[in-house]
Amino acid sequence: MSRILVIAEHDGKRLNQSTARCVACAIAIEPAGAEIVIFGSHPGAIAAEAAVLQGVRGVLTVTNPANAPALAAVLAPQIAGLAKDYDVILAPSTTFGKDLLPRVAALLGVPQVSDIMAVTGPRTFQRPIYAGNALVTVEVPDSIKIVATVRGASFKPVGGADAAAVRAVELPVSVPAHTRFVELRTDKTDRPDLQTARVVVSGGRGVGSADNFALLYKFADRLGAAVGASRAAVDAGFVPNDMQVGQTGKIIAPELYIAFGISGAIQHLTGIKDAGTIVAVNKDGEAPIFEVADIGLVGDLFQVIPEIEKLLR
Amino acid sequence: MQKIIVCLKRVVDYNVRIRVKPDGSGVATDGLKMSINPFDEIALEEALRIRDRGLAGEIVIVSIGPDDAQQQLRTGLAMGADRAILVQSTGELEPLAAARILHQLVVREDPGLVLLGKQAIDDDCNQTGQMLAALWDRPQATFASKLELNGTVATVTREVDAGLEVLEVDLPAVVTSDLRLNEPRYVKLPDIMKAKKKPIEILAIDSLGVDTNPILRVKRYDTPPARAKGAMVKTVDELVGALRDRGVLA
Repeated sequence: MSRILVIAEHDGKRLNQSTARCVACAIAIEPAGAEIVIFGSHPGAIAAEAAVLQGVRGVLTVTNPANAPALAAVLAPQIAGLAKDYDVILAPSTTFGKDLLPRVAALLGVPQVSDIMAVTGPRTFQRPIYAGNALVTVEVPDSIKIVATVRGASFKPVGGADAAAVRAVELPVSVPAHTRFVELRTDKTDRPDLQTARVVVSGGRGVGSADNFALLYKFADRLGAAVGASRAAVDAGFVPNDMQVGQTGKIIAPELYIAFGISGAIQHLTGIKDAGTIVAVNKDGEAPIFEVADIGLVGDLFQVIPEIEKLLR
Repeated sequence: MQKIIVCLKRVVDYNVRIRVKPDGSGVATDGLKMSINPFDEIALEEALRIRDRGLAGEIVIVSIGPDDAQQQLRTGLAMGADRAILVQSTGELEPLAAARILHQLVVREDPGLVLLGKQAIDDDCNQTGQMLAALWDRPQATFASKLELNGTVATVTREVDAGLEVLEVDLPAVVTSDLRLNEPRYVKLPDIMKAKKKPIEILAIDSLGVDTNPILRVKRYDTPPARAKGAMVKTVDELVGALRDRGVLA
């Protein structure tokens, strides 16, 4: 049986849903499930959330004030220290996991498999390359640990189960002081999270300005949707970077994705191709987004959005 | 600081649409336009701006790749780098092997800062910078959208899923660039001429004492399944009706 350790992602209060997606990947590798480790200053409540995920055999907590901000240089040596008891180390392919896990892999002296999309054998994984224009299947040899990040959009979060045991561990690892957290700047909104929302309303260059995005926010709020954007809209300064959807932004898989004024560059399409239904509204009938949209409408978003709103119940 | 090292990978140009070979043995890259990995180009631009502000002496660019990677190094020299190192490699390297080679060069060159792209747009691994930082036992600041230097400390703004994170790292450190760190300059013709005189040191990969044999076994390459093209509707009524038919709108 493969012993799997999943590195939990959290914000200090709540477990990030990427962790439950990672556990789903872990179960695909080893049906007996995985353990989760939580690093933090007060990991108790997060551990309780992790303990009731289906497929979780146990939860480890590593309590240390230095673990409060998730710094790769601080966490990596601790994970490398824990790794001797495990065959597989998984982390989500979010900015958290992408930053952290290669540092762990290098400390362990093993290669990393980035962005697992599918588990095709106990040690065989499919991952995207060339911005998702090709897929490669790689096998990790028996002789080494599997260290991999998991593309969240490819795995549904696991459901709930009876609580697994939570165990505190002490790690005698010296923590480097050369890297210091200063601040996290985040635009707090009451809207659903882009990466977990059922519906995402997204805008591109065609929205025209930051002010015009208000129309999308209002529409999204009517639908209970999250709001995303294309790289063009972010580069133009209409919206902050954390709203970017695409290969270089967030890769998402909502049930419904509605794109307004987005032309559909390849790197954007890579970020949405696991969506359930893609709707595109664009003035340009030749826009590439219509090639992947399930429902397309050639039209002016400034007329279309109010008209849709009138038809909503 | 005396020196900044910037790592440049030669990749298929980002405007080129690649194809998987019909037998699944690889991606067809023969004859395609090759360029500096765009994220690495941003890293080089940042290094040049740091030098232009008088905060760095020399910019050394490093590539690991075939002899033809000298073309990308020449471009980097034309952008303004002072000298280049090419580690000759014919095969594809895993990021761990690349990081081990870069580590050897970093130990030799002793830079105050190493800059490289957050990922290469061919293998999309997003590993090399982090691995180099680990092997070098130095700080890392990945996905940088802003970099400020104050003596022995760098303050880096990072693009993270939750927004923007600011870190302070002691130098030397490894910083990987995100898209919005800067807009790289265009190379002018006189600079291309000048770059021809700048040195490119060529190192045999075996000379660095690093095992570069791939560890992961590549089984096959596939073309991703295409999403079927859907239907066009003519009116908003039809659009809303179609969404209700699919059960995705109440």
